[in-house]
Amino acid sequence: MTETGIGAPVRRKEDQRFVTGQGRYVDDFNRPGQAHAYFLRSPHAHAAIRSIDTGPATIMPGVIAVFTGDDLAADKIGGLICGWMIHSKDGSPMKAGPHPALAQGKVRYVGDHVAVVIAETLAQAKDAAEAIVVDYDVLPAVVETAQATKTPVQVHEVSADNTVFNWHLGNKDETEAAFARAKHVTKIDLVNNRLVPNPIEPRAAVGEYDFGTDNYTLYTTSQNPHVARLVLSAFIGVAPEHKLRVIAPDVGGGFGSKIFIYAEETVCVWAAKKVKRPVKWTSDRSEAFLSDAHGRDHVTHAEMATDENGKIIGLRVHTTANLGAYLSTFSSSVPTYLYAPLLSGQYDIPAIYCEVDGVYTNTAPVDAYRGAGRPEATFVVERLVEKTARELGQNPAEFRRKNYITQFPHATPVIMTYDTGDYAASLDKALEISDYKNFDSRKQESARRGKLRGIGFSSYIEACGIAPSQAVGSLGAGVGLWESAEVRVNPTGSVEVLTGSHSHGQGHETTFAQLVSDRLGISIDQVSIVHGDTDKVQFGMGTYGSRSGAVGMSAIAKAVDKVIAKGKKVAAHVFEASEGDIEFKDGRFGVAGTDRSMAFGEIALQAYIAHKFSGQDLEPGLKEGAFYDPTNFTFPAGVHICEVEIDPDTGVTKIERWTAVDDFGVIINPMIVEGQVHGGIAQGVGQALLEGAVYDQSGQLITASFNDYCMPRAIDLPSFQVGMTTTPCPSNPLGIKGCGEAGAIAAPPAVINAITDALGHEDIAMPATPQAVWRAAQKARMPMAAE
Amino acid sequence: MYAFEYHRPTSVKEAAGLAGKAEDIKFLAGGHTLLPTMKLRLAGPANLIDLGQIAELRGIERSGDTVTIGAMMKHAEVANSAEVKEAIPALAEMAELIGDPHVRNRGTIGGSIANNDPSADYPAACLALNATIITNQRKIAADDFFQGIFTTALEEGEIITQVSFKVPSQAAYTKFRNPASRYALVGVFVAKHASGVRVAVTGAGSSGVFRVTDMERALSGNFAAEALEGVTVAESEMNSDIHADAAYRAHLVGVMARRAVQAAVARG
Repeated sequence: MTETGIGAPVRRKEDQRFVTGQGRYVDDFNRPGQAHAYFLRSPHAHAAIRSIDTGPATIMPGVIAVFTGDDLAADKIGGLICGWMIHSKDGSPMKAGPHPALAQGKVRYVGDHVAVVIAETLAQAKDAAEAIVVDYDVLPAVVETAQATKTPVQVHEVSADNTVFNWHLGNKDETEAAFARAKHVTKIDLVNNRLVPNPIEPRAAVGEYDFGTDNYTLYTTSQNPHVARLVLSAFIGVAPEHKLRVIAPDVGGGFGSKIFIYAEETVCVWAAKKVKRPVKWTSDRSEAFLSDAHGRDHVTHAEMATDENGKIIGLRVHTTANLGAYLSTFSSSVPTYLYAPLLSGQYDIPAIYCEVDGVYTNTAPVDAYRGAGRPEATFVVERLVEKTARELGQNPAEFRRKNYITQFPHATPVIMTYDTGDYAASLDKALEISDYKNFDSRKQESARRGKLRGIGFSSYIEACGIAPSQAVGSLGAGVGLWESAEVRVNPTGSVEVLTGSHSHGQGHETTFAQLVSDRLGISIDQVSIVHGDTDKVQFGMGTYGSRSGAVGMSAIAKAVDKVIAKGKKVAAHVFEASEGDIEFKDGRFGVAGTDRSMAFGEIALQAYIAHKFSGQDLEPGLKEGAFYDPTNFTFPAGVHICEVEIDPDTGVTKIERWTAVDDFGVIINPMIVEGQVHGGIAQGVGQALLEGAVYDQSGQLITASFNDYCMPRAIDLPSFQVGMTTTPCPSNPLGIKGCGEAGAIAAPPAVINAITDALGHEDIAMPATPQAVWRAAQKARMPMAAE
Repeated sequence: MYAFEYHRPTSVKEAAGLAGKAEDIKFLAGGHTLLPTMKLRLAGPANLIDLGQIAELRGIERSGDTVTIGAMMKHAEVANSAEVKEAIPALAEMAELIGDPHVRNRGTIGGSIANNDPSADYPAACLALNATIITNQRKIAADDFFQGIFTTALEEGEIITQVSFKVPSQAAYTKFRNPASRYALVGVFVAKHASGVRVAVTGAGSSGVFRVTDMERALSGNFAAEALEGVTVAESEMNSDIHADAAYRAHLVGVMARRAVQAAVARG
């Protein structure tokens, strides 16, 4: 390991500009002649629009234009799309209702886009929006996930009972047979609470049109600018793909919510041409709460069957997944193929059957949020495993160990083939770090102070590095999920890496440079990472699902290897030696068995001056590209242990200890990985203890600001004890598994298992707020009164 | 935010004069409630009168058994004041519990009291410390000042200039924060005076800050947490929202009151 190579805890190169305020985010871009857009949003969760009178608004000061859905339709601008086709059990395609960028005839959630005002200033646009007269016929709304199919309210014409799909996975007959012969069956009902993503930078867009060249530009807060361009051109039809440049500059967090192609950026690009001015929109925090795609929102009943030896022999799960009022870009994949294939967890379960009903409600669209489907699956598995162990009177750690998969590769009954792992190793290390053996004495010490102490495990697994294109294509994905890279070596030997991955907090400018530094033997200061601009990077699939390391860096490694191969050819000419005799080692090209060698940079110069070879024998220059399509998902896994102390008088839960032992395969930068683990745990603890989007019965979002939506703060978290185990991933050339979502996946069941352990009963929902815990603690104290 | 006229008087008299002349006015103190409300276009005063440049609204003074604090003193200034810490440490501690460092370095005592947010901390301190609210027109006893959520005895255009607190022999404030906003879900200020014990509760009541006379009576006989066993507040008078229903709030009033008494006794 070199000081800046793979495995080195290099300080993040990008932090210089971020911590000195020099980052450049979409809202920092101000184009000459720029106008401002403000969206009039629906105040109703469900209403027919009888009429919209924009007349009074158009004559307001500073107003350039006011547009409605009719204007988009007149220009034949298509609706927003859902890019993953799910088929129901009966083979019928999912019922996708229309999703216009501006409402046409109906609004379906509070925050739905009704009209847009383009004005000289934002304040003028807001003033004008207040003057638009909309005649609504307010309709009853359906809000609750579990009620979606049991109401006369109909969100979309295409679905009479608000069902999007009735999907299933696994083997029903084998699972029923397993339950029939089970010695014990454990049942659980769970709600996976709805979350608001809340990246620190809200969404923003600047659309621009050049009448001279007929070129469009969109600056946007995107995790995947090429996908945005593809969808905006091929499906929505705002501009031809080769005429549209999408730039996603510095982006301040995404957590999934910036994968999707929303109404606002669509309208900004389209409107820029209409008004002949650049058009800017920046979401305020209130708009973000209402209109960013939310996460999670499952209602689940699950059962686990065990035999007389305490081995898990079957799992059956029924989940209702709330998809909100419209199908967002990848929404249909999240509660299906990103969820059910993870239901085997780390366990050897021979029979699994899962049914998922996707439903519409009059709430914001729900889509991928850090972990996307995998936290929901892990919550089901780990709550159920914990409860089963308790019902069987077994130690929860040892019950897990007994049921772990130990042989690899392992094909689960739900699609996935796990390539490698050592789950017992992670468990052992976690037990040690957490000082599990002395837990009982800590519990007694808490009891002496009138406090309830509990401990909870989470043996999570996730499928990352999404994913083999052929595989996801067969499951309904509209795109392939490879990644691209281009390595441009300059004559001075410095290197620009163009990547289709996008960094919005992950530190790619550092980790990707470490990879190149390691392989080429040059300083990371000699490496620039270029991303987030469709004019620079030819194509890419973007960053989500912990894929940038496993897939994005594998593409870079492949391109770097091509550069080395080309460099050997150049060196052979320079040294007048046979190509087969050229070695590349420690950053130098040399002739085997001699002391003749040249540094990487010197060979780069030779490649460009081409004095030592004929351009017919060998092309001048040193630039290589690669596309990498993975052979499998990757399977990061680990064990998290949460220890809590509850004050039964107030219901306050304090996390006293947190142990995280993760197997992420090969690690490029342990400091960045640890940061990802910390952030993920914070988000997972947020879901378990603090966060929850609440709509009232009329569909108003009650938790529409930080006054009511509780984000985790530093004071809510302990100092994490982080450990690692390593089984290199055999499915990509770098052995990387991915780490971006692990904490958010692992944490919620660890917290809830700890709280239920402390309380001595299972009845607690997320978020386990002080009120909820106090009430549950009352029940624990007075078991008779709880009946 | 809607457009407004901004005024920055340098004396109370000038401020009152402006308020008398202008239509649709709001006084701006720390602005921590008003400005966000204006940004959300939920408030749109035509005239904003900034009290920040008025020297006579500042200062902290101890005189006999009272501590008098200028209305524009910031929470951090009260929290860090040697006079307050010495005379009424519970008041300094309460100020230190408000919001976060940003809030404490902008928000003011006068602004908090004039706004009378049902979850604000200062109203509880005013009731428990038998405060007098001094305005440019008169003196108002705290017991008469708070008249329900966001409602006070202040007349249109009347300006709080000072708040005068009685120094107790023992006092403490305990606060159970709303997990999201960090405002008081329940805050209980307990103070023992020569004239008797006062117990004031913020955050919990459906009509805003209130005194708990049953607790005051129990503690006047025996200033100890045990005296509060079995003394409860009525659920029917408690606020209820997604964070805490009335039963939980009523329960927390009891817990916080006991802990406040314990803290006051421990301080001696």
